[in-house]
Amino acid sequence: MNLRRIGISLIAPGIGLIVSLAATAVILTVIGASVSTVFASMWNYGTSPRAMSLMLNLATIYFLSALAVSIGFKMNLFNIGVNGQYVLGALAGAVVASNLTLPKTASVTVTIIVAMFVGAVWAGISAWLKVARGVSEVISTIMLNFIAIGIISYIIVRTSIGTETSLNIRGTKPIPETGMLRGSAFIDSGTPIYGFFFISIIIGVGYWFLLNRTRFGFDLRATGKSATAARTSGVQSNRMIYVTMLLSGAVAGLVGLPYLLGDTGSYTLQFPTDWGFIGIAIALLGRNNPLGIALGAILWAFLDISSGQLVLEGVPREISTIMQGLIVIVVVISYEVVRRYQVKSEQTNVAKALAKQEASV
Amino acid sequence: MLKGVKLASVLAVASLALAACGSSGETAESAEPTAPTSSVKVGMAYDQDGKGDGSFNDAAFAGLSKAQTELGVEIKEVNSGSSATDATREELLTLLADGGYNPVIAVGFAYSTALAAVAPKYPETTFAIVDSVVDSANVGSLVFAAEQGSYLTGVIAATASKSGVIGFIGGMEIDLIKAFEAGYIEGAKSVNPDIKIESKYMGAAGDNTAWNVPEKAKTATDGMIANGADVVYAAAGGSGLGMFQSVKAAADGGATVWAIGVDSDQYTVPALAEYKDIILTSMLKRVDVAVFDVIKAVVDGAPLVGVQNFDLSKDGVGYATSNSAVSEFAAAADAAAEKIKSGEVVVGTTVQ
Repeated sequence: MNLRRIGISLIAPGIGLIVSLAATAVILTVIGASVSTVFASMWNYGTSPRAMSLMLNLATIYFLSALAVSIGFKMNLFNIGVNGQYVLGALAGAVVASNLTLPKTASVTVTIIVAMFVGAVWAGISAWLKVARGVSEVISTIMLNFIAIGIISYIIVRTSIGTETSLNIRGTKPIPETGMLRGSAFIDSGTPIYGFFFISIIIGVGYWFLLNRTRFGFDLRATGKSATAARTSGVQSNRMIYVTMLLSGAVAGLVGLPYLLGDTGSYTLQFPTDWGFIGIAIALLGRNNPLGIALGAILWAFLDISSGQLVLEGVPREISTIMQGLIVIVVVISYEVVRRYQVKSEQTNVAKALAKQEASV
Repeated sequence: MLKGVKLASVLAVASLALAACGSSGETAESAEPTAPTSSVKVGMAYDQDGKGDGSFNDAAFAGLSKAQTELGVEIKEVNSGSSATDATREELLTLLADGGYNPVIAVGFAYSTALAAVAPKYPETTFAIVDSVVDSANVGSLVFAAEQGSYLTGVIAATASKSGVIGFIGGMEIDLIKAFEAGYIEGAKSVNPDIKIESKYMGAAGDNTAWNVPEKAKTATDGMIANGADVVYAAAGGSGLGMFQSVKAAADGGATVWAIGVDSDQYTVPALAEYKDIILTSMLKRVDVAVFDVIKAVVDGAPLVGVQNFDLSKDGVGYATSNSAVSEFAAAADAAAEKIKSGEVVVGTTVQ
C-alpha cells in the first residue's frame, strides 16, 4: 500500500514533466527551432560540471525560499512576503558581517542568527496584523515587500551604510573574507558549491522533523487541515499564527545568505529581489515535502541555468520560463486528478468489500 | 488546504506570466543576416530583457549592427534574463569568451562584478562594459557624460516651454540617472532661472521594475501636464513609453506639449513611430558610437582598453535634430554646447 502511495505521488510530477516537455516541443516547432537540438544542448550543457555547480548553488537558494513558503502553507497561511523578509535579512546580515572580526564559524553563525531574526520580525508584523486587526496575510506580506525595498534603498542611498562599491553600483561595505562561506569546489574546479548547500540540507531535515515528529508539527498540520477542529481540541490558533509566521520568516531570512556569503560579499542594489515568488512555485511542485521541494528546486535551477545556453544558440530565454510555468500548472492539475482518482478508487474498494460481506452473509 | 493550493497556484502562475509579459517587448528589426567577411566574432550581453527598449539597449544594438554591415563581423547577442545574479551573468560572459567571441561587450553597469571576475581569466579576449569602470588590462570601460547632453535638452526644454513648468521622468533613483536630472535642471535654469521643474522617479534604488513600468510613467506625466508642464524629458528606459503616451494624449486633446526622448534618437525608432510628432528631440547617449568604436578597434588590431570617456567634445553625447521642429531652439542648445566644450560651463552630476 505504501509503495502504491509513493507511486501515485510520483505520477503527478511525472505527468507534469512529460506534458510540459511536449508543449515546449510544440512551441519550439512554432518558432522554428529544432526541438531535438534545443533539448540536447540544454541537457548537455546542464550536465557539465560548471553548470551543475551553478545549478546546485541556485537550487540551494530556491530550496530555502520554498521551505519558508511551505511552512506557512502547511497551516493555510500564505507568506507571499518571503521577498521582503529575505532582502531585509540579507541586508542586516551583510551590515553585521562586514563589521565583525570574529573567527569564521562564529562570524557566520552570528550572520545567520541576525538574518533569521530580521526575517522573523518582518513576517511577525503580518502575523500581528492578522491576529490583532484581522488583516489577511496575503495583503500585508505583499505590501511589506514593497516597504522592504523602499527601506533598503533609503538605507543604501541615503545613509552612510551604503558606499559606492563600483561605478554606478551602491551597496554595503564588503564582508571580510573571514565572514564569508564560499564553500568548496568539488564538482567543477572553478565554481565552488556554496557552503550553504549543506546548511540547507540540515534545515530541510529539521523542517521534516519539526512537522512530522513533534507535538508542534502535529498542531500545525491539524490547524491547517481544520482550524475549528484544532481549536476545539485545545490548539491556540492565535499562538499558532504567530509561531508559524515567525518560523516562516526566520527561514525566509536565510534565502539571500547563500549568495551573499558565497558570492557577492556585499548587499548591493543589484541584489535579486524575486526569489520569494519562485519559492511559491517550487513549494507547490514539491507538495510542501522537503524531498519534493529539493527536487523541484533542482529542476527549476536546471531550467534557469540551461537557459543561458539557449540564448547563445539563438533560442529565446523565455522558453525556459514557459516550461517552468507549464510544469507548475500541469502538476497542480494532475495532483487534483490523481486525488480524485484515489478517492474514487477507495470508494470502489469499500463498495466491493461491502458487497462481498453482504454476499457472504 | 485545497483552496489554499488553488490561490497559491494562481499567484505563482500569475507572477510567472507577469515576468514573461515584462520581457515580451518588441525587438527591433534585426539587420539582414549578411555572411561575415571578417574573422572577428563579437559577443554582446544585454542585461535583463535586453533589446526592445527603444532606448539604451537598442542604441547598443545599433552600434553592433553597424559593425556587422560595415565591418563584416559575426555577431552573437545574449541577455541575462529578469532574475539574473552575478553568477549567471558571469556564466554568460564565460560562455561567450569560451566560444571564441572577441570582443565581448557587456551592456550595463549590472555586469561590472561579473566582468571583473571573468576578464582576468581570458587575457587574450578584449572586453568592454558600458556605464561602468572595470579595472583590468583587457577591459574597455565606456562611460558617458550624460549630464552634458541632458544640459542641452534642459536648454531646449526651457526655451520651448511657454508655461514655465517642465517635467523629468527618471527610471531608477540612482546616481547614474540623477546625473541626467541634474544636467537637465542646470540647463533649464541657465535659460530661465525661475523655471519650475517637476521630477519623478519610477522606482527606488534597487527596485528592478523601474525600467519597465510605462503605465506608471504615464500616470506621472499626466500629473505633470495637469500641473502645467508643457515639456517632459524621460530617462527611464522602457518606462519612457508611458511619457510618450501621456504627451501624445495631451497633444491630441489640443494642448501644445512636447516630449524629449533619451539614449537613442527616439524620433526615428520604428516602435515609437506613432508618437514621433510629439518627440521634439532626444538626449543622445552614443552607446552605438562607443560599441562600434570598440569593435572597430579590435578589427584594426588595436583594442580600446581603459576608461573611455564619451563626452560632448567627443560627440559621445548630444541632442537629436531629426525632428525639424527642434531647429527653432537649436541655436540656444548649440551655444550651450560650445560653452561646455570650452570649459566655460561645467555641468554637475548631482541635483543642487
